[in-house]
Amino acid sequence: MSDEKLPVVPGEHDSSVVVAEPIPDPGIEPHEPRITDIDPKAADRVERQVATLFSLAGLLALGSCVAYFAIPRDSTLEFGPLSGNANNLVIGLCLGLALFMIGAGAIQWAKKLMVDTEISEERHDAHSSPAQKADIIEGFQVGVAESGFTRRKLIRRSLIGAMGLLGLPAIVMLRDLGPLPGRSLYNTIWAKGIRVVNDVTLRPIKPSDLIVGQLVNAAPANLAPMQEESAVEYQNAKAKASVIVVRIAPNEIRVPAGRENWGVDGILCYSKICTHVGCPISLYEQQTHHVLCPCHQSTFDLADGAKVVFGPAARPLPQLPLAVDAEGYLVAQSGFTEPVGPSFWERG
Amino acid sequence: MSTTKDFPPPVKWVDDRLGIGKIGKKNLRKVFPDHWSFMLGEIALYSFIILILTGIFLTLWFKPSMGEVEYQGSYSLLKGLHMSEAYASTLDITFDVRGGLLMRQIHHWAAVLFVASMMVHLLRIFFTGAFRKPRELNWVIGFGMLFLGIIEGFIGYGLPDDLLSGTGLRITQGMIQASPVIGTYLSFFIFGGEFPGNEFVSRFFTIHVLLIPGLILALVTAHLFLVVYHKHTQYPGPGRTEKNVVGYPLMPVYMAKAGGFFFVVFGVTALMGALLQINPVWLYGPYNPAEVTAGSQPDWYMGWLEGSVRLMPGFESHFWGVTLSWNLLIPALIIPPAFVTLVALYPFIEQWITGDKREHHLLDRPRNMPTRTGIGAAFITFYGLLWIGGGNDLIATHFGVSLNNVTWFLRVMIFLGPVFAFWATRRIAISLQRSDNDRILHGLESGIIMRLPHGEYIEKHTPISTYEAYELTARDRILPLDIGPETDENGVRAPKRAINKVRARLSRFYFADSVQKPTAEEIAEAHAHGHHDDHEELGHAAEVPGLTGTVEVDDETAREQITKH
Repeated sequence: MSDEKLPVVPGEHDSSVVVAEPIPDPGIEPHEPRITDIDPKAADRVERQVATLFSLAGLLALGSCVAYFAIPRDSTLEFGPLSGNANNLVIGLCLGLALFMIGAGAIQWAKKLMVDTEISEERHDAHSSPAQKADIIEGFQVGVAESGFTRRKLIRRSLIGAMGLLGLPAIVMLRDLGPLPGRSLYNTIWAKGIRVVNDVTLRPIKPSDLIVGQLVNAAPANLAPMQEESAVEYQNAKAKASVIVVRIAPNEIRVPAGRENWGVDGILCYSKICTHVGCPISLYEQQTHHVLCPCHQSTFDLADGAKVVFGPAARPLPQLPLAVDAEGYLVAQSGFTEPVGPSFWERG
Repeated sequence: MSTTKDFPPPVKWVDDRLGIGKIGKKNLRKVFPDHWSFMLGEIALYSFIILILTGIFLTLWFKPSMGEVEYQGSYSLLKGLHMSEAYASTLDITFDVRGGLLMRQIHHWAAVLFVASMMVHLLRIFFTGAFRKPRELNWVIGFGMLFLGIIEGFIGYGLPDDLLSGTGLRITQGMIQASPVIGTYLSFFIFGGEFPGNEFVSRFFTIHVLLIPGLILALVTAHLFLVVYHKHTQYPGPGRTEKNVVGYPLMPVYMAKAGGFFFVVFGVTALMGALLQINPVWLYGPYNPAEVTAGSQPDWYMGWLEGSVRLMPGFESHFWGVTLSWNLLIPALIIPPAFVTLVALYPFIEQWITGDKREHHLLDRPRNMPTRTGIGAAFITFYGLLWIGGGNDLIATHFGVSLNNVTWFLRVMIFLGPVFAFWATRRIAISLQRSDNDRILHGLESGIIMRLPHGEYIEKHTPISTYEAYELTARDRILPLDIGPETDENGVRAPKRAINKVRARLSRFYFADSVQKPTAEEIAEAHAHGHHDDHEELGHAAEVPGLTGTVEVDDETAREQITKH
């Protein structure tokens, strides 16, 4: 693109002209002496200040070592409503102040005692000189010619191909980072006849244990025994199988089509794992039957099929069909009929 | 020769092998300009060093393993609980290693400060135009460090395997899983299977202590090398040109100032570590995928992503047997990358619009680039609103307002706020330019009100110093791009017409409303009036002792009246 199409900048090729107009550069302002430049007493005073800061820093460094050994590590210091671990606090204060004083001393020294006359240094263009450029170009061309890299196409192409293919093992070797997802996101450990248990007491729940308006965090009865066998399997299962059991006055419930027999006397069971990004939802508002996810505030109406009433979640919480077993405890009629937790591509 | 100075023996030994004299000759007395805003990047560098030092201390005790153990340390409230070794060893560092809590807290405060200082440093670079040629690459390098620093911080936050960090990871995993096509595979490869699995702490640990710090260290080296090579930018002022750098020498002034400043930053972070509690993981308990705390918040620098996800309404598409989660795709996978790409490429975008291919070492005052400054303000507003959105629940509970209303307000403001911020900032910048021109042409309002013989009142203006006047006028006169006529004299259409029209329009948008500095003639004219009246009127003022009261007379009227008089 030609020069006249560029924005209009007067004196483009000599930038010093640009800044000198309309007022000529008066040059660096004359140095104004500081009090420490004129008055030796003031300078001595600053010297004492700096030396005091440095000495105190040394003492505080020692102090932190003394505190390390002298203060029991479980003692606390209290200042009204504030309290802290004494060992931690005193070591930290000594170290922090020591470091700060070294810094403050050095800066005071630089600002008050070191020569503060501004000096000017020439800049040079970032690019290389024409002679350097010519040298490099010549050297490069000689190198290219001597190697025959441009002339011998077979060598060039096979090399580029080989280098490109080397990228493949770099990716393939990472294959064993994890198993393939398979069907694992579709299944939980819930199945027909599994009892619903309180997730803290692990006791099975009878419909009569729940009053209207109550919400219980629950888990499948077969979860807790997994902990003995494998902590990781237990955590993974828990991350999918956690549920909430809620009892709502039957006349307030709007039952979605096909789920007429999924509840027991107004007792409904939903996945506790948010359909947004998988946080366990737990904030229940009894009067509105809304449950709120504390992570991103998606709000679900448990009386209306756990539909989303607010927030970023796009799908209702999956519902677990409930029944009562022979002994009168709540059990699952089956596993979840859809994957729980956040959405994923293959989910459909 | 006996007069030749030689190094003392140990230095000579090193110089004989490494030639350090050649490096030192150039750099020992290297000049750096002085300004408080140049220290922001230093804070970032120093907090990175503090992070390495305290981080090494922490690795000596931290056990990056998700193996389950029963806690038997001295924190009685969690005694006997099953937890990962990572969490148990974090508790040990906190309660059983003396100084361990201090180091953990310094490490966390320094991490927070590291990202904050990089971001403020980036804003300084942006608003002063320090990213212009030849420093575009250093902008990109710096941006890379900010990006890595945020990831590094987030991964570090996930290592203790406490309830809060686990919640953060769960959210991240949910976002990864929702990515189109490869989401589930990506998630299974990162976490070694289903979430939470038992791999991520050890994997993240290696990334946190080796991979990312190594990359940041390499980028820091390149960044500083380029700062030295380009020499530091400087604010315009008397004696400062594009061809020089005015300031103080490295040895001794900046060795003392910058070296001292490292200790100040370290000291302050150490005091913060001693006095201000941060990330008290013992209060959260071990991670449990079935639990979460209300008011869960990530570290501040993740807040804008959190807000972006929170504000997005719940859209999802189901077609051809697949699910597309717009509610995560847009706020987590499209907006943030688009935003950061725009920021990273800004120097190249602006350069294309302005067509300016010159080297720039004198900084812009933000007011002198009203459009750029407005764009910066719009970016900050966009970021800030998302960040506020990340705490919408806390705002609702602390101010007693409806969470839904806060969210809806932000959903609207995210579109309006940046536009308003751009417009307001640009207007303010232009007004400040006008005020600068007034200062150059008419001087300072002295506060002395004079009555002219025929009864009119005017205020006397005192001219500003030549140094200040030079400082205010030491900037380019940039006019919008003029692409010339459609066809040349032979009737041939100019090439690349369409693209040049876009460019011209953008250039007008950038520069058309910018106020130009006065010309030498304008200054001469304004001063001629001023000087003529100054003496006379000063005399008047002296003759009227006790003259008080002010009458506002605008400059135009005053000048007219003076001329008539």
